[in-house]
This record gives sequence, structure tokens and C-alpha cells, in this order.
Amino acid sequence: MIRLPLVLMFSALLFSAGVYGVLARRNAVMVLMAIELMLNAVNVNLVAFSSSLHQMSGQVFALFIIAVAAAEVGIGLAIVILLFRTRESINVDEVNLLKW
Amino acid sequence: MIDAPRVELWAILPVLMLFGGGLIALLASGFARRAAQAPFALFTLAALAAAAASALWLWNRETTTALEGMVSIDRLAVVATLALCGIGAFGAYLGFHYFERDDFRRNEFYALLLFALGGMALLVAAADLIVVFLAVEVLSLALYVMTALTFRRGPTEAAMKYFLLGAFASAFLLYGVAMSYGASATTSVQGLARALTGVGGSQPLALVGALLLVVGLGFKVSLVPFHMWTPDVYQGAPSPVTAFMSAATKVAVFVAMVRVLDVAFGSLAWDLAPAIAVLSAGSMILGSVLAIAQRDVKRMLAYSSVAQAGFILSSFVSPEREGIAAALFYLISYSAAVVGAFGVVMLISGGIREQTGFERFRGLGRRQPVLAALLSVFLLSLAGIPPTAGFVAKVLVFGAATSAGYWPLVLIGALASVAGAFFYLRVIALMAMQEPRGVDIADPSPLPRLVLAVPAVTVVVLGIVPGVIVPLLQEAGVLTW
Repeated sequence: MIRLPLVLMFSALLFSAGVYGVLARRNAVMVLMAIELMLNAVNVNLVAFSSSLHQMSGQVFALFIIAVAAAEVGIGLAIVILLFRTRESINVDEVNLLKW
Repeated sequence: MIDAPRVELWAILPVLMLFGGGLIALLASGFARRAAQAPFALFTLAALAAAAASALWLWNRETTTALEGMVSIDRLAVVATLALCGIGAFGAYLGFHYFERDDFRRNEFYALLLFALGGMALLVAAADLIVVFLAVEVLSLALYVMTALTFRRGPTEAAMKYFLLGAFASAFLLYGVAMSYGASATTSVQGLARALTGVGGSQPLALVGALLLVVGLGFKVSLVPFHMWTPDVYQGAPSPVTAFMSAATKVAVFVAMVRVLDVAFGSLAWDLAPAIAVLSAGSMILGSVLAIAQRDVKRMLAYSSVAQAGFILSSFVSPEREGIAAALFYLISYSAAVVGAFGVVMLISGGIREQTGFERFRGLGRRQPVLAALLSVFLLSLAGIPPTAGFVAKVLVFGAATSAGYWPLVLIGALASVAGAFFYLRVIALMAMQEPRGVDIADPSPLPRLVLAVPAVTVVVLGIVPGVIVPLLQEAGVLTW
């Protein structure tokens, strides 16, 4: 049995790594992967709470997140491909037709 | 023995109508990619009418939750769904005109619009954080695609930014949900409220959860400091899509915020109110100041919508039912004005390569008196000048904030609306007092002008006799659990 605070610490670190990735990475696909990291940190969190509370609903929620994350990646990659077709680049910094 | 869950599909009938209509439209657009748009537009309007009718049918139902406590049946959801269907109808018509004008067949637009509305209608009824998350994702995913729908470079870049920042914000929302689940062992709004009342002492886990939820939802309604995407996306997206999303997303997400903040985390209201006040003041100030610096009408309206989100949020410091009714009135008057304003901008900008710089609006009063008059009405309402609905709305939200004792917030709001009046009136002055230059590219067709007169009349009528809907909204603001 792993202790709950340790797992929460781990998921907080994973989430922070994801946040860092989103802010530091310049490639759109890498940003997408960093976001996945954040979502998985949430999944770890939910499953840990779920097992320590002896409840199912947290795990069900985690399954929902996995499914929605897959749909999100589908849309995201479609937009990346569309952008690549019009720009020949997926570097987020070069996407500068509109100002930040 | 396992008890089968009770399936009460009637409780989500409006949502089912919208999703069902969306699926049919999607299939049809797959088989008839190059078919004429008009049947799709008419079908969308029919689906919206069906959804609105079934929402009305829920009005006199007993306030309760259905589907194992996942969705709530109450008047708040009904009022919000009706408003959403109205916005959706204008969005569908404006989109129809926009694509028809350039003979640019995009029949998926209607399916995506219905999916987005379905997600929004689900969000306003959501009584569980799982449903909140699913609904936010459904509406966002549809909106990301709608933003990129013309396949041009600007819209695609806007969609990219919207998507990356939107997914980033969803992760924060989810982290907040996970924290609140850990704090209360439940994800239902009712259960959270029950678990958090009477516990006493500080509840750091629940508080962190609530704040992260506010971050996630605040991103969708573009509160400062989560507004970075707003100007780019509002400018880059096709005008009818901007009109639709700026109004409908705000209605849906703010109603969800009512449930999350006033009900689920109602017992933490005292701890959360300062954070809400800071977000609200920041949005009002920064939105109004940055709007002054803009040279493009769509961008200016985007920053103005940031400021408007701050005004709406200022009513959330008061957890009374006046606060909810004030927020609803503000949302309705804002929606009418902003849908109309982006609609007029769409007609003026001339075609799919939208030109929305200030120079397009110079002397518009001479060339296009009807459009200039309509835009002036909408801008005056956004500025909050009587006798328009925007004025009444500002009085109501500031009244709610004052009664909660947040008068510094009201002071900031009043100053921000003065600053705001400057940039709205500047556009009106540009249209009325300057000489026109260059060629006139405004759309000459009469029907869109007639359609856009509807929100203009709404704005004026609600400004003169707000009493026609305020009692209804106050009934909708009563949340019993």
C-alpha cells in the first residue's frame, strides 16, 4: 500500500512538469504532449483518492478523462496538420499572424 | 443484486434534441458535401426550436436532479437553455449568410453549431463535476473546429492558439475537480455542498480545488489573467462564429459557475469572494484599458468582452438570489448586444477575407445608415448608456455587489465603464462624423439587416422595460437543493 501523500506529491510534480512543458516547448506537438502529461497527473490523483476513499467514482472519472483526452488529441492534431499545410511550420513562435 | 440506474431521459430532452439534430446534420453533410446550405440552416433552426420547446416544457417541473444526480432540472437551466437557443439561431443565420455570400460550402458548420449548443445546454444543467467537465469539453472541441472552418491562415492560427490554451485550461479544471473529490469524497454539486458545510476550520484541499475550477472556467469566459487567447481568437475566427461563441460560451459557463461557486462551494463563499473580486476588478480594468489601444473593431470588441466578463463576475461576490438574477440579466443583454455587434461587423467587413480595421468604419453613417445605426445601438448597450439594456444590467450587478459590501469593486467597475464608454463612442464618432474613404465593400442584402434589428429591439426594450423579464430571472435565481 502506497501512502496517499506520496502519490499526491508525485502527481503534483507530474502536473508541474506538464505546465513547464506547455510554457517552455515551442513545438505544437510537444505542447500537446505536455498537456497529456497534465491530464495524466489528474488521473493519478483521482485514482489515488478513489482507492484511499474505497470508492469507484474517481476511477470512473479517470476513464472519462482518458476518453476525452483521446478526442482532444484527435482535434488538436487535425488543427496542427491544417496549420502545417498553410504555414509549413508548427513552431508556436512562428504562428505570429495574430499578435499574442 | 445490482440496482439498475433509473434512466430519466426526459430530463435532458433539450440536450438530446440538440445532439440528435447535430448527428443528423453531420451525417447529411457527410453525404451531401456540396449540397445547398439552405436546408441545413432550416433544419438547424427547427432543431433549436424543438430544444427550446422542450426546455419550456421543463419549466413547471419540480426542482430536482435526474439521472442519478448528474443533471439538475430547474428554472435556471431552462432560462439559460432558452437564451442559448436564441443565440444559436442568430449564429446559424449569420453563418448561413456568411458562407452563402462567398459560395463557400461548409455544411459541417451546422452540425458543429448544434454540438456546441448541446454541450452548452448540458453545462447549464450540470449537477456533477463529471458532467461539467464533459460539457465544457464538448462545447470547446466544437468551437475549436468552428474557429478554423474557413481554412484560411488567420482562422487556423486562431484555432491553434484557442486549442492549446483551452486544453491547458481544461487540465487546470480537472485538477480542481480531483482536489474537490479528495476533499469531499464526491463529485456531485449537491454532495460537495453537503460535505463542505459544517465541517468547520480551514479546508485547504477544497479551497485549492475551488480556485483551480475558477481558473478553468475563468479561461472559457476570458477573465484576466486568463484572457490571452481572446483577442486573437475573436479576431481570427469567422465573424458569425465569433458572434456565437462570445455570447453563448459566456452564458453557459457563467451559469455553470453559479452552480459551482454558489452551490457546491457555497460554504466557502467568504474565502472565495476576495479572489473573485480580484479577478473581476482585473478584468474590468485591463479589458477596458487595452480596448482603447486597439485599431481593429473585432479586437476591440474582444477586449470589451473581457471587461464585460469582469462586470458579470462582480455580481458573484453576492451569493444571494439577486446576484444570480443580475448575472442572468447581464448575460442576456450582453448576448443580444454582442451577437448584433459582430453581426454588423460581419456585414461591413465584406466577405471571407474580413477587413475589420477602423478605416472600414470611417463615415459609415453616410454610406450605410442602417448598419451604422444598428452598430451604434449595440455599442451603446455594451457601454451601458441608458435607455439600453446594458445600463440596467450594470445597475443590477453593481447593486448586487454593493449589497454584499464590495463597494470598492463597484467603484472600479464604474471607472472602468467610463473608460469603456470612450472606445465605444469613438467608433460611433468615426461612423458619424468622418468622411468615408475607399470603396464600399459592405454587404447590401436587406434580410440580414432585418434579422439584426431583432437583437437591437431586444436591447432597447429590455432597457426601457426591464420588468418584462426580471421577475422571471429572479424565479430562475432561486436554487433549492
